[in-house]
Amino acid sequence: MFSKKGVLLTVMVFVMAASLLFGGSAELMAEDVTTITVAAFPDQDSGFNAILDDFHEKYPHIRVELEVADFDDHHQSLLTRIAAGSNVPDVANVEIAFVGDFVNRGGFENLSAEPYNADRFQEDIIGYKWAQGTNEETGNLIAMPLDISPGTLFYRRDRLEELGADIDDLQTMEDWIALGEEFAATTEEDNRWLFADAASVYEMIRRAGDYQFFDDEGEPIITSDKFVRAFELSKEVRDRGLDGNIGEWTNEWYSTFQEGTILAQPSGAWLGGHIQNWMAPETAGKWGVANLPDDMFIGWGGSFVAIPEDAENKEEAWEFIQYVTTNVEPQIGQFEAANIFPSLLAAFDHEIFEEPSDFYAGQNVRALWLDAAKQIPEVNTNRYDNIAEDIVGDALTEVLENDKDIMQALEDAEQLLRRRMR
Amino acid sequence: MKSNNNSGISDKFRLNKKVAPYVFISPFFILFLIFGLFPILYSFFLSFNSWDGIGQMSFVGLDNYAYILTDGWFWDSVQTTVIIFVLTTIPQHVFALTLAFILNSSYVKFKDFFRTSYFLPYITSAVAIALIFDVLLGTRSGLLNAFLIWMQQLPPIEFLFQTFQFDLPARWLGEPRLIRFSIAGLVTWRFTGWNMLIYFAGLQTIPRSLYEAARVDGASIRQVFTKITLPLLKPVIFFGVTMSIIGNLQLFQEPFVLVGGAGGTGRAGMTTAMYLFRTGFHWRQFGEGSAMAYVLCIFIIILSLVNKKLFSGGGLNEL
Repeated sequence: MFSKKGVLLTVMVFVMAASLLFGGSAELMAEDVTTITVAAFPDQDSGFNAILDDFHEKYPHIRVELEVADFDDHHQSLLTRIAAGSNVPDVANVEIAFVGDFVNRGGFENLSAEPYNADRFQEDIIGYKWAQGTNEETGNLIAMPLDISPGTLFYRRDRLEELGADIDDLQTMEDWIALGEEFAATTEEDNRWLFADAASVYEMIRRAGDYQFFDDEGEPIITSDKFVRAFELSKEVRDRGLDGNIGEWTNEWYSTFQEGTILAQPSGAWLGGHIQNWMAPETAGKWGVANLPDDMFIGWGGSFVAIPEDAENKEEAWEFIQYVTTNVEPQIGQFEAANIFPSLLAAFDHEIFEEPSDFYAGQNVRALWLDAAKQIPEVNTNRYDNIAEDIVGDALTEVLENDKDIMQALEDAEQLLRRRMR
Repeated sequence: MKSNNNSGISDKFRLNKKVAPYVFISPFFILFLIFGLFPILYSFFLSFNSWDGIGQMSFVGLDNYAYILTDGWFWDSVQTTVIIFVLTTIPQHVFALTLAFILNSSYVKFKDFFRTSYFLPYITSAVAIALIFDVLLGTRSGLLNAFLIWMQQLPPIEFLFQTFQFDLPARWLGEPRLIRFSIAGLVTWRFTGWNMLIYFAGLQTIPRSLYEAARVDGASIRQVFTKITLPLLKPVIFFGVTMSIIGNLQLFQEPFVLVGGAGGTGRAGMTTAMYLFRTGFHWRQFGEGSAMAYVLCIFIIILSLVNKKLFSGGGLNEL
């Protein structure tokens, strides 16, 4: 009996081993095809999916496998795998919030060097985006710009009509605040607001200008006039009762879009896809898009693609990156699929930018975004952007919730930030 | 099929009787070494280094500890943790003990049904919980606020709300002072059933004869509970509270799903475990994060020892 079991076991082991071998040889048969993994986060994967068939047709020797995880998980697992140096994807999609961190710490291929020579594409790609993908010290390109996202103001067309306001007259924050007052006065109840959250005023202003949290020497500038104004305006909106105190990405936030309880929402152009596709599809035709007040032209979102140093198929990874970032067709394909705005200048001449959108009552929003995108200054990135975002955001809460003095809050924040820059 | 068939392949692989037991229990230890012991030791090593997760590590001695012990946000997080700990641990055990006592009494039918129901939150997935509590605790669309607003129509309730300056609709997940109550409520809801099961098991070890003797002597339910049940349950309470200390001081998942990784408004929901996670994995300061983990561990040990002092002794053994 025992020996029979032994034989049985041995046979099973052989079968399993053989199946592994066969599996292996099946891959070997299609020997010329290299499979590369591309790690991405939503909704970038929709963009990639939309262009993969074309890519596979043009590059039959490469097969792309997408690996998708949600925003935070994606970047965290990317870091873990790069630190461990194993199981890294061949192409890593990195969002703007993380890019300063990633390009300044190593772990990725230098795309300016041989065999990539990415610098030859520098003139083809929107300037500020290129700067963000380079390492501060060496000036080498680490992360190739994939898409940008101009900041923009989504507003309720129908509400403006009710108030008899003309979008062309709304040029400054003061104009918007005045209109917000009118809107709030249309009802007794507390359910008519200018913005969902006063913090979005700060979110908009902090991204403006040539520097965000740090200057070129890496010194924090969070007590500068920009931040004081951002805090003052947020506070004004809150104190006048012009915001609903509703955090983003909550059910209550979505319902402000559905019910038109807010006049406007500043965000990246990508938010349009979310509103249209799932947040409030039934509000089609009620939306309009305008440039941000006070002539602010800012980048709000966007992402990059990079090759980890430990990637197995760097050559094919680079072919894929070149295809998606330096060709008009895939850049436009991603834009159509998921509002992933091109970073390739040549793509801006595409006819898609002349088409009006039904969702925005026939407004040609893409041309507006394109025009805004061209005016975004070169904003620097810093490895401590992440920490600064948390600390200054917390200081804003102190001001909005606990009436802390603005200058005091910013000075405290700077002290905290300097402490953490170690 | 004869006995000499036993020799052959299988004999070669037959294990020595002295070795065999160790081989059989080895899977646990191998997994424990990789996923348990190694991370514990490695994070201890990390807590003396500065490391961003990618670049070179550099030894900094006790700098990380000095840094976090003088870090305002760290102490804020400790305060948040302790407040939530108190707000949830006390109701958890009071409810659990009461429910267990009622379920153990002879008055209740469908005991299994109730036991299962109370335990259900413990095994529900965090994502489902987050969705449900979002619906419950929403400011304008939340069920809890709708209920409270309806209750407010009653004059005594309205008076109560006015005295405490409790404005409706309440921002359960938006206002700093309420965030902690919301989190504590969720944790209590989730773990009361688990504690109840422990107490229920403990109650069943108390001999019936003691209760019968008490009844013969004419003791009331209250007397039975305070004079028999509670003293005999002391070791079980000790165990339950210790588990709560360990679990609730490391609170992470529940606040994370309710208010997000940044800890919500004013970091009111940022527990120490969340803060160390943010420091390590979001800010890439793994050394500081590891040091926090060890400081937190020391706090847990201290509290557990205090707890042992309070609850040691008692139980059936001392009868």
